Amino acid sequence: MSNILDIRDLCVSYGKVEALHHINLKVAAGRIVTVIGPNGAGKTTMLSAVMGLLPSKGEIEFMGEVQRAIEVEHLVAMGMTLVPEKRELFGEMSVEDNLLLGAFQRYRSGERDQAQTMEEVFRTFPRLRERRVQLAGTLSGGERQMLAVGRALMARPRLLMLDEPSLGLAPLIVREIFHIIADLKKTGVAILLVEQNARAALQIADYGYVLETGSIALEGDSRQLADDPRVVETYLGLGGRQKTA
Amino acid sequence: MKARLPLLVFLAALTFGPAILPEFYVTLLNYIGLYAIVALGLVLLTGVGGLTSFGQAAFVGLGAYATSFLTTAHAVSPWLGLLAGLGVTAVVSLFLGFITLRLSGHYLPLGTIAWGISLYFLFGNVEFLGGHTGITGVPILEVFGWKLDTGREFYYLIWLVLLGAVAATQNLLDSREGRAIRALKGGSLMAESMGVDTARTKIVIFLIAALYASISGWLYAHLQRFVNPTPFGLQIGIEYLFMAVVGGAAHVWGALVGAGLITILKQWLQDWLPKIFGQSGNFEVIFFGLMLVIVLQRAREGIWPWVVRLMPAQARDQAVAAAEPLPRRDMAQPGSLLLEVKDACKEFGGLVANNNMNLTVQAGEVMALIGPNGAGKSTMFNCISGVDPVTSGEVRFLGERIDGLASREIARRGMSRTFQHVRLLPTMNVLENVAIGAHLRGDKGVMSAALRLERAEEARLLAESARQLERVGLAGHMFDEAGSLPLGQQRILEIARALCSDPCLLLLDEPAAGLRYMEKQALAELLRKLRAEGMGILLVEHDMDFVMGLADRVVVMEFGEKISEGLPEEVQNDPVVLEAYLGGVE
Amino acid sequence: MTYNHRARRALYFCAPEPTKTMDLQIALLLGQDGIVNGAIYALLALALVLVFAVTRVIFIPQGEFVAYGALTLAAFQAGKVPGTIWLLLGAGVLVALIDATIAVRGGGLRRLPRIALVNLVLPGIIAGLVFWLEPGKLPMLAQIILALAVVVPLGPMIYRLAFQPLAEATVLVLLIVSVAVHLALVGLGLLFFGAEGSRTTAFSEASFQLGTLTVNGQTLWVLGASAVLIVALALFFGRTLYGKALRATAINRVGARLMGISTTMAGKLSFTLAALIGAFSGILIAPITTIYYDTGFLIGLKGFVGAIIAGLVSYPLAAAGAILVGLLESFSSFWASAYKEVIVFTLIIPVLVWRSLTAHHVEEEE
Repeated sequence: MSNILDIRDLCVSYGKVEALHHINLKVAAGRIVTVIGPNGAGKTTMLSAVMGLLPSKGEIEFMGEVQRAIEVEHLVAMGMTLVPEKRELFGEMSVEDNLLLGAFQRYRSGERDQAQTMEEVFRTFPRLRERRVQLAGTLSGGERQMLAVGRALMARPRLLMLDEPSLGLAPLIVREIFHIIADLKKTGVAILLVEQNARAALQIADYGYVLETGSIALEGDSRQLADDPRVVETYLGLGGRQKTA
Repeated sequence: MKARLPLLVFLAALTFGPAILPEFYVTLLNYIGLYAIVALGLVLLTGVGGLTSFGQAAFVGLGAYATSFLTTAHAVSPWLGLLAGLGVTAVVSLFLGFITLRLSGHYLPLGTIAWGISLYFLFGNVEFLGGHTGITGVPILEVFGWKLDTGREFYYLIWLVLLGAVAATQNLLDSREGRAIRALKGGSLMAESMGVDTARTKIVIFLIAALYASISGWLYAHLQRFVNPTPFGLQIGIEYLFMAVVGGAAHVWGALVGAGLITILKQWLQDWLPKIFGQSGNFEVIFFGLMLVIVLQRAREGIWPWVVRLMPAQARDQAVAAAEPLPRRDMAQPGSLLLEVKDACKEFGGLVANNNMNLTVQAGEVMALIGPNGAGKSTMFNCISGVDPVTSGEVRFLGERIDGLASREIARRGMSRTFQHVRLLPTMNVLENVAIGAHLRGDKGVMSAALRLERAEEARLLAESARQLERVGLAGHMFDEAGSLPLGQQRILEIARALCSDPCLLLLDEPAAGLRYMEKQALAELLRKLRAEGMGILLVEHDMDFVMGLADRVVVMEFGEKISEGLPEEVQNDPVVLEAYLGGVE
Repeated sequence: MTYNHRARRALYFCAPEPTKTMDLQIALLLGQDGIVNGAIYALLALALVLVFAVTRVIFIPQGEFVAYGALTLAAFQAGKVPGTIWLLLGAGVLVALIDATIAVRGGGLRRLPRIALVNLVLPGIIAGLVFWLEPGKLPMLAQIILALAVVVPLGPMIYRLAFQPLAEATVLVLLIVSVAVHLALVGLGLLFFGAEGSRTTAFSEASFQLGTLTVNGQTLWVLGASAVLIVALALFFGRTLYGKALRATAINRVGARLMGISTTMAGKLSFTLAALIGAFSGILIAPITTIYYDTGFLIGLKGFVGAIIAGLVSYPLAAAGAILVGLLESFSSFWASAYKEVIVFTLIIPVLVWRSLTAHHVEEEE
């Protein structure tokens, strides 16, 4: 099976401090891969580095091409999109304009089927159709997340990277979002899902990595990981308590 | 001794230079001195404080016109003229400072551009100031009966004033107030949390810079013995800024280097460029413009750092002198209530970040606040420490309501904190960074700092900082640049800085993040010791081993609300907490 | 000061003879002048708000584009080759060299043809037209287009050379660079056009009687063209994807980058628009006021006062503020003509006081 994304030996430093150490990670075509781990493990840093928002060392191969001078715009044009943790919507613009801008790179390269893509996005997120003329800044938390994902889909990505889509959302909305992510897989897009909500993420993923203090601590088939007691330890530090007790 | 050699050579050259140099060069040196005094103010304002003014030439003009007008029209002594100039400058700069310094950074420079133009036209149009012809016949300056009527004599006055200003500025920067000024560049959040009144500090440096400019104007008027509006226009104001930036705006001596370089270069360019291009024009302006762009793109620090590299290395400080310890505040009785948060809510534009939060911290306990990302823990911290006040509800500290107080007022009452994203001044050394924490434990001001009258207090502050560094185990790094420490140690540095304010309640935001195992052990040991001394500690932390091994009580937050509270074991086994951390779809 | 030499020279476009009694006739005349000047300031204010929102650059050299536009057109009409053409060719070569070096080092050889086309071939063609066409004899519209073609590309080139390497710098550093670029461009303006001022032929010699008020054709041109330009800008930002992309960058830089809208592209585009607005403003006023190489600075700054009234954010407020500046200038030239500039630039102080009182807290600079 071919890999859409192949990260080899990725290291990221802030100043003199290394935040990510020698990360190796693969995402196969059409698969959902999740990276879980507690707060501050370096999950967001990893996505930012892959997307070219942060300088990094190591090798990033996307669509079979090793990326040398990583430029965000170039990666977007090649089919990589990131839905960031903070959503980064254009708050003072309408839902429709936000979506249109999601297809900016495709528009630049001459594609003019934005109306059709938007129709598909509306079919996935009917709520957005109702809100199409509303300003993005006035949406509720769940709707914002839907808009952020919908905007990314407008680019017809080959690889969709999601940073904590469940962050700050109520459980019911989280469930809806995860169902949609699982459905997206059927359209053939590969998904790299970074989550703190480990159980939900492992339920829809095919493969998982556990990131802990900047390194991959565990990896494996998501069903095996879900049952691994070490995952619980990573989150709640039960191991430590047993040691001290 | 070797380290001081360049300075001695420089001073000797300054002293004997005028005796042998031709008139032309003495004049040039006079102008360099006058410009350097103004540029020195900009070093303090722009390079150190991070504020920018294009309008310093207008302050020079105020100083020059004040003395020229009073000494010619009313025949008063030039010394009264100096005082009047300083007075007018102070009033004007305080007024401008008050209206622009509270606004975000770029309003000050824009305001100074407008103000520079406006004053220039005013000088040129007011009849009693002579309009565009200006004022002539400004009297000769007399110092103790010695008439300074030649450039060679005036030279000594200019350079004495300049060197005095350099020394005063250097003294000021190396003091309690100076650390507060240098802290401005690290953003007002940290400085305010350490008790620095940043608005006041900004106005103070704006005032000092304006007064330097005014003195330069006074000297100029009595050297030239006539004034007209031309040297006080906006372009000259811009040139002053160039001098500071090109010379090295963060360094006192950068002002001198910049003023010297630009003045000589300008002279040279005005002579040569027209010969090369064969016509008259403002060629040096093109050159200066391009040079500044290149300097800012290639060497934002200016020339001075290059000069330093050519000099013999300065001896590094080795130790901090012992001094009498600072007085400490009375510690609360162990078990007494320090902090009480009652029904606190925080909304950001309709989004509820904290909802009905309740928590207490007692003297002599470690209280941990945990919860998943985005649960609202940092918001809670900011509400308590006054960075971002609560929307409704109460925060009480030592029985007194503190919601609505500025963070520096809360700091004064004995609460100190660290930051999730480390906020320190990376180019200052570790000791000085920690000493910022002791800001509220001294009270000597700008004047005594400039004149070195606060050395006793300063020694006590530094000794206290050194003591706290020893306590947290960073004594070995005291004179290293703070930015060169690994992130974990930078967090420890923040704890030392917080301890330096002698708090009774300590707020720690993720202190263990980035620490190695042994370092975490040492940190836990330190916190236990502080607890034993009766300090209250409120802790946000993600390392559960660390939290569970240390905390007396734990509060768990999710979606801005408290979902669980109790002893570490209770919380760890609470299914609600498990659900919050691991989540789930069904 | 570069504007020292002629400090008393009114910048004010069509000053009436100062008689000291105000009647309706004079008030109307002053109002008309104020609105004409205000319209120009409004255009410049819009450009300043745009550039600041997208790039965080406070665009002091805006005024130089006004002067370059007007003087380039004047040079055509005087049968001379404007010096700006050399600047265009020189800047083009410099940009091409830098971009080509970067492209070769980064292995982006595919980009070379485009770099050469935009920075070498197009300026070459424009220069060719200027040299061989005798622009002064062309119809007015063609002259204007050619003048714009010479001046406007300087906008993105200046962005590339001076600002792009500093895209992540603080607003203050960008402001200092902005002032430095302004100085260099003023110096170059003197070199290109000399110290003498110029006027251009009016677009129309017609004049109309409106009650007791005489309105000349150029006044209507200025007002009409400003209105058209403002509407065109509104359409650009409201209806086109590139316009929306610029707005998106201004609203959320990271979000825009994630959509593939590069900061560089947005910066160049906003500088192109600012240069276009500046040069076009200069061309509009050149027939009614004498333009000198350094005139632009004060005109640009008055646009600034308008923009600052709007806090550098709101377009409609900026335009309204600019018209207020125009009126204030016009009426103060009647009552206290010597203090005109003092009054206009002192207006900024009450504005700042008001902004400072309404500002809620010390803004955190991150």
